[in-house]
Amino acid sequence: MSLQAFFRQLGRDLVTQKLRTFLTVFGITWGTVAVSLLLAFGLGLQRQQTRSMAGLGDRIVIAWPSRTSKPWQGVDRGRRILMRGEDILFLERSVPGVAAISPEMSTELKARWGTKVRAVRVSGVWPSYGAMRNMIPQEGGRFIDALDQARRRRVVFVGNEIAGDLFGTQDAVGKVVQLGGSPFTVIGVLQPKEQDSAYSGRDHSKFVIPESTFRALTGRRYLDDFIYKAERPKLNASLTLRIRNTLARRMHFDPSDDQAIQVWDTTEMFQFFDTFMLAFNVFLGVMGLLTLVVGGIGVSNIMNVVVDERTREIGIKMALGAKGRTILLQFLAETLVITAAGGAAGLLLAFGICRGVSHLGLEKTIGNPVLSPGIAILTTVSLGLIGFIAGYFPARDAARLDPVVAMKV
Amino acid sequence: MNWPFAQRDNGAPEGTNGRIIEMRGIQKVYDTGKIQVEALRGIDLTVERGEFVAVVGPSGSGKSTLLNLLGCLDTPTEGKYLLAGEPVAGMDRDGLAEVRNRRVGFVFQNFNLLPQLSALENVEMPMLFGGVPSRQRRERARKLLEQVGLGDRVEHKPTELSGGQMQRVAVARALAMEPDLILADEPTGNLDTASGSDVLSLLTELWRGGATLVVVTHDTALAERAPRIVEMRDGRIVDR
Ligand SMILES: Nc1ncnc2c1ncn2[C@@H]1O[C@H](COP(=O)(O)OP(=O)(O)O)[C@@H](O)[C@H]1O
Ligand SMILES: [Mg+2]
Repeated sequence: MSLQAFFRQLGRDLVTQKLRTFLTVFGITWGTVAVSLLLAFGLGLQRQQTRSMAGLGDRIVIAWPSRTSKPWQGVDRGRRILMRGEDILFLERSVPGVAAISPEMSTELKARWGTKVRAVRVSGVWPSYGAMRNMIPQEGGRFIDALDQARRRRVVFVGNEIAGDLFGTQDAVGKVVQLGGSPFTVIGVLQPKEQDSAYSGRDHSKFVIPESTFRALTGRRYLDDFIYKAERPKLNASLTLRIRNTLARRMHFDPSDDQAIQVWDTTEMFQFFDTFMLAFNVFLGVMGLLTLVVGGIGVSNIMNVVVDERTREIGIKMALGAKGRTILLQFLAETLVITAAGGAAGLLLAFGICRGVSHLGLEKTIGNPVLSPGIAILTTVSLGLIGFIAGYFPARDAARLDPVVAMKV
Repeated sequence: MNWPFAQRDNGAPEGTNGRIIEMRGIQKVYDTGKIQVEALRGIDLTVERGEFVAVVGPSGSGKSTLLNLLGCLDTPTEGKYLLAGEPVAGMDRDGLAEVRNRRVGFVFQNFNLLPQLSALENVEMPMLFGGVPSRQRRERARKLLEQVGLGDRVEHKPTELSGGQMQRVAVARALAMEPDLILADEPTGNLDTASGSDVLSLLTELWRGGATLVVVTHDTALAERAPRIVEMRDGRIVDR
């Protein structure tokens, strides 16, 4: 049968079956919206959470030298482990697989600019700290570099909120603030970021200065913590083991003492979250799919009714020489067109809803839904499959009709 | 008038001696579970090209069953059937559909037009299944409707036509694929006397033009027009 004739027939079927067609298309649209929106919200939430988890750092390990919990070589437990910058340097040089490492010292200091005085959290770190902790400078600024560290420069990288607090709308870079009584030049302002976890205050309200400068300014010798990462997140656990062993030898504690150096491997958080999100997305997908299947059952029912109502017509067509295949294809194609129309409307609607929701300012809480190509493809494929199955059985029944019996209806 | 059938050169296949229908020992049993109905109990029938045969007999004697078998709408339980020399008894559904499409034109008592289609589209329908290109389809359908006297009704839906007009559309449709055989089951059964005789004249005209016709009828006026009458009783052909 020609395409033109097919579409005219389809048009007639759909018009004579207005309500039913509407309900069917609506059902499929509804199912499509459900599947794609659920998945889009899931993906949005996942991205949002990943982003805010990454605010703390890009799959880093944070380690705090603490007290021994086991006696070792005649020394009782409870001994304090004190580490300095050179221990970190030693680790960087002697432990294989360290992609980046930085010590961190921090304290609270008075910062003054003009008449404004604030108590701020100040960290002394190495240049590698910036990338590891996702501290990205805004346009026109930079993070601490090697020269700052080597020359003990009095430079400061400031959090975006404290920068706004101190300097208002003015450009912070180049301003000189008094920090602990010494003048510091602002070299960069933190690009705003999501951060849902922290260990020494939020980055947006922090000052970061070179570790060398920090020591000179405060006179402190020992670091509070250090952060590091392996080449790949999967290798963090084994790297941590090597670091602990190396430090045990160097600092003289029991290598099996996991309290001497306390470790927070943030990849575990990511891993847990990834697993959780996968389960969550599967759950959402299945829910949506069920809705779609219900829509498909609706389509199948309708096609059954259509076949019933058109039994006589089918018989006549067969008498005139229509083959089973022609009849099958006609009904199957009709179902697919109905499904496709409903699906297209659904995807468009879902896309529009995603757009609309993006303007509601929910980004910080549940994230903006993302209708990714993957989701669209997944939805389309399930839809096609459901349409095919929904149409196939009624169509096959139609194709198997006996023309003599069918014409008597 | 130049009707599209029969006298074509490609008419009867070779070796058939112009025989359109050749049935031998045809039986048809309807198996409805509990009871078996022997609708046809051994039919031998031969129809030559260009014949006009009226099939008569009491209700339930198997006339429609015979016509359905002749038109390959159904298959016999037993027996041999050559349609224009082609053995059709063992064919599958698609094969039969193709034979119906190419060789047979049906005219039914209740017209069996598709109500949602115009007269023109109804006549086009067999050509659609026969793979005739759309422009040719349209032209042919229009011409046929003109020939049955409905040139001014091509866009009408069946519901907008009288019974006689509907049956003439059906006749035009039956001619669409230039069939070897035209089968009509009580073609005047649903018509008043006037339109009945209209359709009757049309069929007679077709026959004079060379068509091979087998018509089942109760209508004595119709049967009398046919040079050959086949009478059925209890699934058998009886001598008159
Ligand atoms: N599909 C069928 N199933 C069972 N019995 C049938 C069927 N079609 C016809 N018959 C039976 O076959 C016999 C012949 O029917 P039919 O050919 O329609 O007779 P006619 O057309 O001469 O009135 C009747 O007894 C009828 O009841
Ligand atoms: Mg009958």
